[in-house]
Amino acid sequence: MPAVRVIPCLDVASGRVVKGVNFRNLVDSGDPVDLARNYYLQGSDELTFLDVTAATENRSTTRDMVTRCAEEIFIPLTVGGGIRSLEDVSLLLEAGADKVSIGSAGVSRPELLAEIAREHGNQILVISLDIKRADSASGFVVTSHGGRQETGLDAMQWIEKVQELGAGELLINSIDADGTREGFDLELIEKVRKIAAVPIIASGGAGKISDFVEAAQAGADALLAASVFHSGEISIAQVKQALEQSGIEAR
Amino acid sequence: MTKSVTVLDYGSGNVHSVCKALTEAGADVTLTDNANNIYQSDGLVVPGVGAFGSVMEKLTAHGADRLIDKRLTASRPVLGICVGMQVMFENGLEHGVETQGLGQWPGTVTLLDAPRLPHMGWSTVEAPSDSILFSEVEKERFYFVHSYAAVAWELDIRPPFIPAHLTWSNHGERFLAAVENGPLSTTQFHPEKSGPAGLKLLSNWIESI
Repeated sequence: MPAVRVIPCLDVASGRVVKGVNFRNLVDSGDPVDLARNYYLQGSDELTFLDVTAATENRSTTRDMVTRCAEEIFIPLTVGGGIRSLEDVSLLLEAGADKVSIGSAGVSRPELLAEIAREHGNQILVISLDIKRADSASGFVVTSHGGRQETGLDAMQWIEKVQELGAGELLINSIDADGTREGFDLELIEKVRKIAAVPIIASGGAGKISDFVEAAQAGADALLAASVFHSGEISIAQVKQALEQSGIEAR
Repeated sequence: MTKSVTVLDYGSGNVHSVCKALTEAGADVTLTDNANNIYQSDGLVVPGVGAFGSVMEKLTAHGADRLIDKRLTASRPVLGICVGMQVMFENGLEHGVETQGLGQWPGTVTLLDAPRLPHMGWSTVEAPSDSILFSEVEKERFYFVHSYAAVAWELDIRPPFIPAHLTWSNHGERFLAAVENGPLSTTQFHPEKSGPAGLKLLSNWIESI
């Protein structure tokens, strides 16, 4: 198996970073490219941008930002947020994204996922799932709009479905764990691992270094976090060192 | 003198990183499908993402199959990346459909026999000690994203010709991560997405052309 990947996630709006990032020795310019470069130099295995731009007309600034990143940051770039159509996907890939992550749009229009996979191959398609515990067949359901809306879909059944449609990777974000800093939802990762034929990225809940190790042991192929990296509390190197000390391969 | 490298522009999608990584690695880079550039530059890079069949279709539509052939016949260096490596083989087998490749090498590119696909992430390689591409980066990890690969090397090269340098990796089964065969070099991984190790590999290639 490849090394377990460590992935910082940056929230951007109209081409600017919207959540606080405090690197030591770095003046926060708010320019995502500066931050992305910093993470690249720190040894990140990949970078994810979540576009939270409210207005659709400002999306071209996100594409410009992706192009500037692709031209100087030589690791894979994933872009998610607000992708609604095959055209949105094609524009992002042309701009320099290596992968796109699709959430709510896939729930409301599953055939979009098949269209994307057919046109560009499943290796560029990350399915982003906001999952929470609830009364359903597996005990987990899919939500949309950042956990605010119910979809009525059982999480494990939906995962089987998106894999058939052409998922290349699953971004499993636990709504219950997100923001708690009490660790990833390990039970959720283990359950998804049992049915996933594609790589899985665990997200939501990272608070301390050992949380990352536990998520990898539970079966995650990649570990995504935002605030613990941005605040400078935990470095990419510390996570990798802890993984290696636990016998897990890291880059 | 700075080496000139043409990145073949045939509608393969994301080529920003390939061009900039080659520039960073020291080449004078042009992105074009112009036949003169393709033939005359010191090096030609053939990128490739997506399906074997659609890459072949686009290459043929640009007449690139003949131009690649012409360069190689004249021993002019070519570097194929990812699907740009796969199409150098005779055939590609996807979803039960066999597509003819450029046929520079015998063999068929097939679906990897692995529990988890795509093979996505940073893997180690086993490079031969006399590899030019992997000089000083033989112990590094490189970024792979693919489900298909060449799992065997079928070209029988006899003296006085120099045998190909074969670099292997493993995901479910052993597959070719890179080949250096005279003027034709290829990598299954993406050097332009493999951080400093990938840039070093590209500069090794540029220096060799």
